[in-house]
Amino acid sequence: MSSENPSFTDFNLQQRQKQRQKWEDAMISPPFGGFNQASESGYLLLSNPNNQTKILDHQEDGKSTGTLGSNKVQDWDPRAMLSNLSFLEEKIHHLQDLVHLFVGHKGSGLGGQDQLITQQQQFLITADLTSIIVQLISTTGSLLPSVKHTLSADIPNGQLGGHPFPPMAGMNCSPQPQNGGGSKVSDQSSKMDVAGDCGAGQSHFIEEHETKEEEDADEGEYLPPGSYDILQLEKEEILAPHSHFCTICGKGFKRDANLRMHMRGHGDEYKTPAALAKPTKESSSDPVVIKRYSCPFSGCKRNKDHKKFQPLKSILCVKNHYKRTHCDKSYTCSRCHTKKFSVMADLKTHEKHCGKDKWLCSCGTTFSRKDKLFGHIALFQGHTPAIPVEETRGPAVLSDKMDGKEASNKGRKHKFQLWLSCCRKWG
Amino acid sequence: MKTNKKTTSNCNPFDFLTEEIIFTILDYLNDDPFSKKSFSLTCKALYSIESHHRKTLKPLRAELLSRTLHRYPHIEHLDLTLCPRIEDSMLNVVSLACKDALCSINLSRSRFFTNIGLSSLVSSCFNLVEIDLSNGVELNDLAAAAIAEAKNLEKLWLSRCKLITDMGIGCVAVGCRKLRLICLKWCLKVSDLGLQLLALKCKEIRSLDLSYLQITEKCLPSILQLQHLEDLVLEGCLGIDDDALSTLQQSCKSLKTLNMSHCHNHSHVGLSSLINGAENLRELTLAYGPAITEDLAKCLHTFSGLRSVKFDGCLVKCSGVRAIARWPHSLKELSFSKCSGVEDDSLSFLVQAHKELTKLDITCCRKITYDSVDSITSSCRSLTSVRMESCSLVPKEAFVLFGQRCELIEELDVTDTKIDDEGLKSISRCSKLSSLKLGICLNIADDGLKHIGSSCSKLKELDLYRFCLNFQCLHSSSTMFKP
Repeated sequence: MSSENPSFTDFNLQQRQKQRQKWEDAMISPPFGGFNQASESGYLLLSNPNNQTKILDHQEDGKSTGTLGSNKVQDWDPRAMLSNLSFLEEKIHHLQDLVHLFVGHKGSGLGGQDQLITQQQQFLITADLTSIIVQLISTTGSLLPSVKHTLSADIPNGQLGGHPFPPMAGMNCSPQPQNGGGSKVSDQSSKMDVAGDCGAGQSHFIEEHETKEEEDADEGEYLPPGSYDILQLEKEEILAPHSHFCTICGKGFKRDANLRMHMRGHGDEYKTPAALAKPTKESSSDPVVIKRYSCPFSGCKRNKDHKKFQPLKSILCVKNHYKRTHCDKSYTCSRCHTKKFSVMADLKTHEKHCGKDKWLCSCGTTFSRKDKLFGHIALFQGHTPAIPVEETRGPAVLSDKMDGKEASNKGRKHKFQLWLSCCRKWG
Repeated sequence: MKTNKKTTSNCNPFDFLTEEIIFTILDYLNDDPFSKKSFSLTCKALYSIESHHRKTLKPLRAELLSRTLHRYPHIEHLDLTLCPRIEDSMLNVVSLACKDALCSINLSRSRFFTNIGLSSLVSSCFNLVEIDLSNGVELNDLAAAAIAEAKNLEKLWLSRCKLITDMGIGCVAVGCRKLRLICLKWCLKVSDLGLQLLALKCKEIRSLDLSYLQITEKCLPSILQLQHLEDLVLEGCLGIDDDALSTLQQSCKSLKTLNMSHCHNHSHVGLSSLINGAENLRELTLAYGPAITEDLAKCLHTFSGLRSVKFDGCLVKCSGVRAIARWPHSLKELSFSKCSGVEDDSLSFLVQAHKELTKLDITCCRKITYDSVDSITSSCRSLTSVRMESCSLVPKEAFVLFGQRCELIEELDVTDTKIDDEGLKSISRCSKLSSLKLGICLNIADDGLKHIGSSCSKLKELDLYRFCLNFQCLHSSSTMFKP
């Protein structure tokens, strides 16, 4: 079934396949799997200190708690809610058990020989606790009234978040990749990312501002319709001011870096270089899957349902496109008072060049270069160069403001110097 | 038309004279300002006739301009070169008084007017055809934009208007479509762009002076495509060199006069590329330019209309002079002023080939001796102007030949030569002599001057720098000299 635009079922199929792959990826990197898996992993943690194997075990079950079925979201909302709630219930029970365990451990192993083991176990328990909390928060978010959109949970860079629920604000748990089980757990700065934003989170540092051209001109690349995944975010998600959320206090941040800075205030474990480091893109064994985005606005040619669908390349593209095309323009240029923009970055770019055209024709057109003005005048009858009225008497300096054309010719420069001296003599 | 009607029975003869007739009479008095003044003071009728007749005015005082223009309402040519201070208010007066009669105005020696005055001038005097704004160092683009309003303008001089830029020239180009002559000498801020626009918009240009502008070859294609261009001056355009000129493909068929003085960046290659196709070329001035070599002379071989060449200050090669001698067309004017390398043999050869020379300038050709003068005077019988200042090797006997052979001479410059009284006596036979320069001639005395004074009745200019004057000589010849 290879149609122009992947049909809905194909899409879901792809989603499922992707997610399975991701979960397999998770074996390598973070020990905290997707929500559904981790829910079970909580039980398994108790028996086996090695988190990763648990996940593996669980994965081999290949079981999913019916959350994948929620891809057919429109019909299954109540069921999703129910499963979320039951999941939450389980989690809370886990939490209780763990705390009991902790109390138990504290009570018993205070002898010197056992201390090492106790410490280890304490580490593990703390880790489990943290993971459970993270999952709780994200799942709770998912319970908020949601629109029927399918949400992708792509976190290329090895972060997990295979969350098939359509979250409202896109609260996806994507914990940091952990290296080594016994190493410091404290560098886990889990944060809430907008689903899909995780991927773009890395690129935020560099390309926070994407120009319009990248959004529109897709001519350089042609992707056959089946070779890429199409993901669609909701309007609220696109327009959300904050994409990263602190798991501890819930404060929102636009950038991953800002969030990490904020996390320092929540404890020493967030002040380590590893916690503060930019989460790098980890090499995945799976070749990079191409993702393209669809605009949620119906009728837009960037919408996947449009006949001439042209996908957008990244989350930032989606955001910029949506704001530029489907939102009203609220920022006005402070210089010319005429141009309006919906994206702040566009306004800044305009203001950089606003008013730079100095060459003015009598018809009112401004030009950035003199030769352009003269070319324009040559074409039309009756147009003359317009001389600004506030022109002050320029100094009779010979060498000022010569056109770059003469001055650029090096061979003539020497002659020009010679000639200048003549001018001073006779001029 | 007012004539005095006398109450007596006598018929007033002046009644038969119409105004046109009196105007014609007054035209004959144009050379004699005092006669005209007397005429106007005769009576009121003649006063008013004379005041309507006068067409040119050259006032000495600008303050009296309003009263003067009130008296003379039909002034067509206003020459304000004697008034150094002309302000906007005075230009306003001129514009209101002359209105559409004014055709030409000369403000080349005046300052303190701005674009406001020019604007008022141009708005009232819409028949203005010539404006001379040379030396307007304070005039800027706004002034040029004001000039652009003169739609009938044909001649515009903007020499030394250093503040005018391409923008101003662009305005002029678009506004003055009938422009025929434009002089942009020393307008340093004008560049290729402005000139391209000028050449594009003003198709009637006949005379273009681009001396000392910082232009390159980029403007030349459009300039050469002017259909009526006759006179092109590219003096001191150092931005144009051989390589640049060799890229030219256009040719200007109408070109008659070319001046490329003070351009040492090009050689005959560039020159030939520039004048390629200019069949009507008549005058060529290459002062202080490339060396006059055989190649250069050869590339001028084909221009059958060439009559006047000026090679002042160039390095002249004998082979070049001989090649000039081989030109099929006969030169009328030739100048080797201050050239090094002019020698007897080659010069003699040349003048024998160009027998129709009328003007010859061999100032500072220090190698010239008797033989050259002999050849010159024997071959070129119709010489009217000879300049041989500082030809110090020419002996005094040579000057006798001028009087003997070249009787049509009108101008003779023998400053700093060995001419003596015998020579002067001989020269006095040239009855048409009007200008004689005898500065630093140590061998002349009163005798020679007496002869000159008595015979040369048309003499107007006499230069006797460093001559020891004897009063007796003056007395005897003073009656022959007119003031």
